Amino acid sequence: MADFLLEIGTEEIPARMLAGAEAELARRVGELLARDRLLTGAAAAKSEAEIESFSTPRRLAVIAHGVADSQPDVDEQVMGPATKIAFKDGQPTPAAHAFAKKVGLELDKIQKMTTPKGEYLAANVVNKGRTAAQVLAEALPKELAGIYWAKSMHWRAGAPERFVRPLRWMVALLDGEVVPVAFGGITAGKTTRGHRILSAGEVAVAQPMAYAPALAGAKVVATRKEREHRIRKALDAATRAGEGLRWREDATLLSTVVDLTEYPSVILGGFDKEFLSLPEEVLVTVMRDHQKYFAVEDASGKLAPHFLAVLNTDSDPQGLIRHGNERVLRARFNDARFFWQTDQKTPLNDRVEMLKAVTFQKDLGSYHDKAKRVSELANEIAADLDAAGKRLGRDAINEAAWLAKTDLTAELVKEFTELQGVVGGLYAKAQKHSQAVADAIYDQYKPESMEDSVPRTLEGASLAIADKADSIAGMFALGNVPSGSKDPFALRRAANGIVKTIAEHKLPLGLKRLFQTALGGYEGSEAQKKFKGHDTLGAILAFMRERLEFYLRDARGFAYDAVAATLAAGADDIGDAIARTEAVASVRQSPDFEAIGISFKRMKNILRQAEEAGKKAAHTLDPDALKEPAEKALAAASQVSALRVGSLKDKRQYAQAMAEISKLRPPIDAFFEKVMVMAEDETLRANRLALLQKLLDDFSTIADFSEIVTERK
Amino acid sequence: MATDKQTAPTFQELILKLEGFWAERGCVLQQPYDVEVGAGTMSPETFLRVLGPKPYSTAYVQPSRRPADGRYGDNPNRLFKHTQLQVILKPPPENVQELYLESLRAVGIDLRQHDIKFEEDNWESPTLGAWGIGWQVMLDGLEVTQFTYFQQCGGVDLDPISAELTYGLERLAAFLQDVDSIYEIVWARDPHDATRVTPYGDVRHAEELQFSVYNFEMADVEKTWEHLRLYEAECASLLKQFEFTRPSKEQDAGARHEAMQRFPLLGAFDLCLKCSHLFNLLDARGAISVTERVGVIARIRALAVGVAKAYVVQQGWAAAEPAKEVKKKEKGSAG
Repeated sequence: MADFLLEIGTEEIPARMLAGAEAELARRVGELLARDRLLTGAAAAKSEAEIESFSTPRRLAVIAHGVADSQPDVDEQVMGPATKIAFKDGQPTPAAHAFAKKVGLELDKIQKMTTPKGEYLAANVVNKGRTAAQVLAEALPKELAGIYWAKSMHWRAGAPERFVRPLRWMVALLDGEVVPVAFGGITAGKTTRGHRILSAGEVAVAQPMAYAPALAGAKVVATRKEREHRIRKALDAATRAGEGLRWREDATLLSTVVDLTEYPSVILGGFDKEFLSLPEEVLVTVMRDHQKYFAVEDASGKLAPHFLAVLNTDSDPQGLIRHGNERVLRARFNDARFFWQTDQKTPLNDRVEMLKAVTFQKDLGSYHDKAKRVSELANEIAADLDAAGKRLGRDAINEAAWLAKTDLTAELVKEFTELQGVVGGLYAKAQKHSQAVADAIYDQYKPESMEDSVPRTLEGASLAIADKADSIAGMFALGNVPSGSKDPFALRRAANGIVKTIAEHKLPLGLKRLFQTALGGYEGSEAQKKFKGHDTLGAILAFMRERLEFYLRDARGFAYDAVAATLAAGADDIGDAIARTEAVASVRQSPDFEAIGISFKRMKNILRQAEEAGKKAAHTLDPDALKEPAEKALAAASQVSALRVGSLKDKRQYAQAMAEISKLRPPIDAFFEKVMVMAEDETLRANRLALLQKLLDDFSTIADFSEIVTERK
Repeated sequence: MATDKQTAPTFQELILKLEGFWAERGCVLQQPYDVEVGAGTMSPETFLRVLGPKPYSTAYVQPSRRPADGRYGDNPNRLFKHTQLQVILKPPPENVQELYLESLRAVGIDLRQHDIKFEEDNWESPTLGAWGIGWQVMLDGLEVTQFTYFQQCGGVDLDPISAELTYGLERLAAFLQDVDSIYEIVWARDPHDATRVTPYGDVRHAEELQFSVYNFEMADVEKTWEHLRLYEAECASLLKQFEFTRPSKEQDAGARHEAMQRFPLLGAFDLCLKCSHLFNLLDARGAISVTERVGVIARIRALAVGVAKAYVVQQGWAAAEPAKEVKKKEKGSAG
């Protein structure tokens, strides 16, 4: 039983790929050991290897514990030729000798075996397990070549392999013995490399358990977890240098710097207080996105004129690194201020015309075209909201829609693209547009994820919905439809944003009308000539229904079948769909409801089978044609119930409607107990079928209960 | 503040030190290319040399013009024309990163006193049909070098690949000299009188100002379009003629080879560079509409890719596909 260490030494792996690659290598090695029967002890019992994994920008490594020295021998029965071929007249033929030679046995040790096809020669052979070193050396190169990289390269002449960056060394040790794994022109040895600058370079690793300590001695912290711990501690310590200061927690940034460093430390730097007059959004973006600095705030939560930089070295004794970083930040902030001031010389109003030169999408024209469409669509939305009694500023929406994209022409946005929208909002405010206009522009890209908040105002919500609906409409019309993992225009995010915004603002907007209007915006445009002639609206509505389903399940936590049942009865009005799902979810586990679900499924099946058999339901139900008391009772009960349910539905009192529907269980149960639907008498049968059809029609308007998943007893 | 301000290399010393460093490591020192380019990559010393199997290492300074980046000499960090030092190592040696770090030491940076990181930054130029994988090298939070492993150039897969190191000389000099404005960089210092210094601003400010005015305000849009069309037409015409110099059955191998070798593809490439620059100029001038933009980029790309593919054939690294027109003609004459 041994420990196995594999380390792949590379040039700097992109931070965003490191954690995933570490996990994948660990998984691959673990699966290889299990598949090739190289586990012992507890690991073998669980058939799961015990793996530790490591990664730094320059390496991926795993240590597997409890690796068998070799595979167990396996007894195997090998089939040979048919006896009648192997023996002629009781004498062995060359075929018999050949088989004996192949399995390495004397002819008299060969057995005979009877199979359905006749008698054959057979032999019991012991397959000697191979040593772990042999198996690993042979199988690992394929595993390494199979690691997924979002972007990879080749570097050796003849391009024999691709990897994320050039491979420079490998270590593979089974306890103290080198396993000569060969990949990418490198053969594994027992020498790793330490920190580029802080160590002398090469470091010998005696055996797997000495790996992390050897690296620690060469100024490399080999696990992400420990680097994160160190960085957190160092951030705390550095922040304490200033009174009342706190660093702003930022999980994404933290994970990035963990994956950019081998031996992290932290410095606290400062910048001139006068930069604090720039908007905080701009300052934080420069620090976080461009310089990978943590922002620092004072006790009141306000941005402080400090930053924290995570270094890939141990210290900054002369303050040179701090000085250099401060210099860079100063230049960046100066730039930002310069851009801010320059941008003010051309107010947003004057930039509308400039949008003609900014491409929205190559086939969909300029942002000027888009602004025109979005302003019209936003106006339509506002009119609908207005009509439904929502109070909002129509003029503000129109103004915001025209100005929304003008910040794309601003220097500050060209420099900090992630601030688009935000900068427009800030400029609108600085240029004395109304607060409603500024807020709507500021929030236009919200929500950027399911976790992000929706636009704060109704004006902002209308603009954000119009902007996204316009993009979805245009892209779908061009045939740029998201599929699988491919969604280059982030249309799913846009659609999720529409759903979430409509839901949280409780907006009475129908999706069909929204997208009809959005598509109408392209009517007569240049773009329209490029449109494909398929059912764009249908495709969009199916896509939106999928997004609504995702929202109800993932963001709202409703059960799959409750959502399916509800959306089968309509997915146009999002607020209504939510209310119906809530009602269905609240009753779906009651016994009466489960029973109704089963009955509805049964009705559907009967109707389908009848139709397949060419047996038609009566066009309208004639209650007098029904005979049995049970069916008469059901017809009567359902008629009363349908009226009540209908009126409750009109008032959107879905929970009460559900309770009403539940009351139908006894007559339905009695019907199926007593009545044979497929009667011989044609009129009777047709009316029984019509009764079922009417039940389905009347009671599936809130949800299609046949979609409810029940546990069959 | 890598070194004392007084002992920090001047701008010209920085160039001399880097060139000296790479010359000692076997690079051919080339001169800046004398056609306007947006980056050192566009010099034929990179664009054409990285094609094909022939090893080549070179280093050269390349003033790089980006009309839209001009700021009238007002912005301390932005230039219309910045200076790159470009190093091409084909194929890249295994210790290419170590060599690079060594070059930083050679200009006076004690790496033990600084923080250096290689952060993912892949490079792509749709206009050149070129892309590569690499990093931006960050020195105390400052991007000082773009380090790229070229994978494709002019639409041609590269084998072997090349490593391209592009040092931003103004940034590096400002860092070494610890100044906040590019214009304050000491370009030269009189060796006999250290108080007599020539700042970067004296050497280049007028150029930044005047070219910003030209690029943004005064370049004649119509004429610039016309120039672009003329250069494009000539480049395209040369590429077409090269098609017809390809093997025809009547010629013997020697004559064919000679006709191929003397064909001025290098001239065609200059014309393509002209187009690229004029496009950038029109862009800065705000003269390219949304609908035109994609199309013009595609046209220039077609020229760049055309030159690269032809060059590979000319050098004998790829079999010449007989041009379709030639084939037709032969068929026609045979019939």
